[in-house]
Amino acid sequence: MFKVKVYITLRESVLDPQGNAVKGSLHSLEYKEVSDVRIGKYLELTIEKSERNVDELVKEMCEKLLANTVIEDYSYEIEEVVAL
Amino acid sequence: MKFAVIVFPGSNCDVDMFHAIKDELGEEVEYVWHDAESLEGFDGILLPGGFSYGDYLRTGAIARFSNVMKEVVKAAEAGKPVLGVCNGFQILLEAGLLPGAMRRNDSLKFICRPVELKVANNQSMFSSMYEKEEVINIPIAHGEGNYYCDEETLAQLQKNNQIIFTYNGENPNGSLENIAGITNEKGNVLGMMPHPERAVDELLGGADGLKIFQSIVKQWREANVVNA
Repeated sequence: MFKVKVYITLRESVLDPQGNAVKGSLHSLEYKEVSDVRIGKYLELTIEKSERNVDELVKEMCEKLLANTVIEDYSYEIEEVVAL
Repeated sequence: MKFAVIVFPGSNCDVDMFHAIKDELGEEVEYVWHDAESLEGFDGILLPGGFSYGDYLRTGAIARFSNVMKEVVKAAEAGKPVLGVCNGFQILLEAGLLPGAMRRNDSLKFICRPVELKVANNQSMFSSMYEKEEVINIPIAHGEGNYYCDEETLAQLQKNNQIIFTYNGENPNGSLENIAGITNEKGNVLGMMPHPERAVDELLGGADGLKIFQSIVKQWREANVVNA
């Protein structure tokens, strides 16, 4: 079994209005050090072992459904969980 | 001419769309549930607004994999008119039937009010009843209508005259080049954020949207009815 963490954010070239609003709010709280905020999504998937390569599988899911690659980038971490 | 209004879980403009076609346009129309296997017998496909699947993940992202969408793709490939309004537009983008994607409105607010649109192209099957550059009044109601595409795609849209409607004057949501509605390259799939089905009768505050539906019927009659 695998635990997969998927991170989805707007691409660098795409303006993030939510992130900008949060940055403005952080600045008004005097956190002037913050130069950028990007808001994204975090998904946790639990995937059973199958004959398909898990990395390939997750990439396919991201491309097809989880991310919209026109405006979003994705990355993921795969951890194999061994049942005791 | 017979229209299908596709109903997804969470669609909420399906009844307005049905009313516009049946009572104002005077053409045949049926509701088609999202898990339907076939769209045979329909001459035009309408994807209404709403919040299909609660806008979970992204607007239109889940509806795009509904059973009926395979049939919508086939209808589009066959050259039938396909119109997606608001959430319907978002679904067409996710399905890849139209290029680009939607972002949150730049104000981060849900905006519900009438806006002015300019008819940027009146040569399409959806806009032939309008004058060129005609300014019309149609309501918008969305939180994610901030259209985006890359520069290359934008150049294609402009070169092929695929931009049908633009916001006139103030841009309500931040969309690229004031884009309010675009077609595919072939010109038979239109997606637009404003709601023409809510502007089909003076009682509703205006009837500027009706010509979109009339344009579709006109084109269909010319192509399919002898002695039209």
